[in-house]
Amino acid sequence: MLRRPHYIILGVIILVTLVVLKLPSGTAARLKLAISGLFLPLYGLSGSAHQLSEKAGNTLTPRPELLRKIDELQKENEELRVRAMQAEEIGQENARLRQYLSFPKQVPWKLKLARVVARDPANWWRMMRINVGSRDGVTNNAPVLTAEGLVGRVSEVGYTQSQVVLLGDPDCRVAVKIEETKDNGVIAPSSSSPLDNTLVDVVYLSRGSTLKAGQKVVTSGLGGVFPPGIPVGQIVDFHTIDYGLYNEARLKLEVKMNTLEEVWVKLP
Amino acid sequence: MNWLSTILVLATAFLVVFLEATVNGLRHLFGVQVDLLPSLMVYASLSTGLVTVGLLAVCGGLWFDSLSSNPLGISVLPLFLIGFAIQRYRGLILREQTFAQLVLGLAAGAGAPLFTLLLLLNAESQPLIGWFSLWQWLVMSLVGAAFTPFWFRVFDRLTQALSYRPLGETSFRPDRQIKRGKM
Repeated sequence: MLRRPHYIILGVIILVTLVVLKLPSGTAARLKLAISGLFLPLYGLSGSAHQLSEKAGNTLTPRPELLRKIDELQKENEELRVRAMQAEEIGQENARLRQYLSFPKQVPWKLKLARVVARDPANWWRMMRINVGSRDGVTNNAPVLTAEGLVGRVSEVGYTQSQVVLLGDPDCRVAVKIEETKDNGVIAPSSSSPLDNTLVDVVYLSRGSTLKAGQKVVTSGLGGVFPPGIPVGQIVDFHTIDYGLYNEARLKLEVKMNTLEEVWVKLP
Repeated sequence: MNWLSTILVLATAFLVVFLEATVNGLRHLFGVQVDLLPSLMVYASLSTGLVTVGLLAVCGGLWFDSLSSNPLGISVLPLFLIGFAIQRYRGLILREQTFAQLVLGLAAGAGAPLFTLLLLLNAESQPLIGWFSLWQWLVMSLVGAAFTPFWFRVFDRLTQALSYRPLGETSFRPDRQIKRGKM
């Protein structure tokens, strides 16, 4: 038998839930940011602990190991400097040709390094939080990438932290093209294994496209959110769907989403 | 109402939500992130009042959703209904028995994600669900079951350590008989 206080509490909880669920999306996003802001001191503590443990680990690394790493990095640095020199020359040539053809100038990307501080506690989304926000110049929909390829886009921006939806999340659709054949498609969650975060689908590929396993897929730049040419992944297999209306391919992502610790955010 | 228990439960829920977002050990090992709020709710509903159960559902649910892509408030109702149901029949449950705690933890760990998913699908969200979700559900239920007795042990000890001890019995009895001698 329910007593009066039971009814009151049950009513209050249902009312609170309905009010919060029915809030306009902008207000709900602001409220979400405000509530998640309560965790900032804990993030600070965990960041400091992480730095301390890293420092402690560094002091324990033996000297020969450090020397070997310095040697490796010096060699890599030399190689990259030569490549940068070459790229600079190509860039100048490209700018000259663009000027002759009256094409608009290409602006170099402004990137901001960010550390991954948290992941979605629910199992049915692909999302993570990074430690840069509006104070660092991050805006909504900013592309997030690593040296290997595209990671996702910023979906919510707080003052010191941002939320990033990863490739394969239903909220992160990306216009892509197959590098070899220039066929356009859209990245969608994998229909065969939606919870495997190394695989996604490329849908709406034209039925005439010549697909092969191993073909590289990059962003096409259509839609204007992601700049063209960022590597996304490689085709694993493909099939025709909807009675041959279009092709769909399974794509293995370049970036290992599970092991991400640091990412780059492209600033406007 | 015992505010100490309420504060302890809410503080633990806050920490638990933060750890679920930042500690990825089980996620890397089994591909599952566990949710410990349902098992905490079992403890709260058997050991505290309905106000604490309501507060845990609202605060825990909102904290969880704020760190997730879930629509804000979607986790509140499943948590509260679990707590409410257990609270209603708490007189029939053998709270001290580990087996009862395990079974309730298993049911809560299994029920909360199911109910949340149902609400998400009704809210026209598109959560990622597949065959692997069954494995995730199993692990979440088992870990929920394993953690429930743990919460009972920890909170009972904490409450015992932080609250006043009950007075021991004195030798005074109001119905004592005084025997007097002749002198």
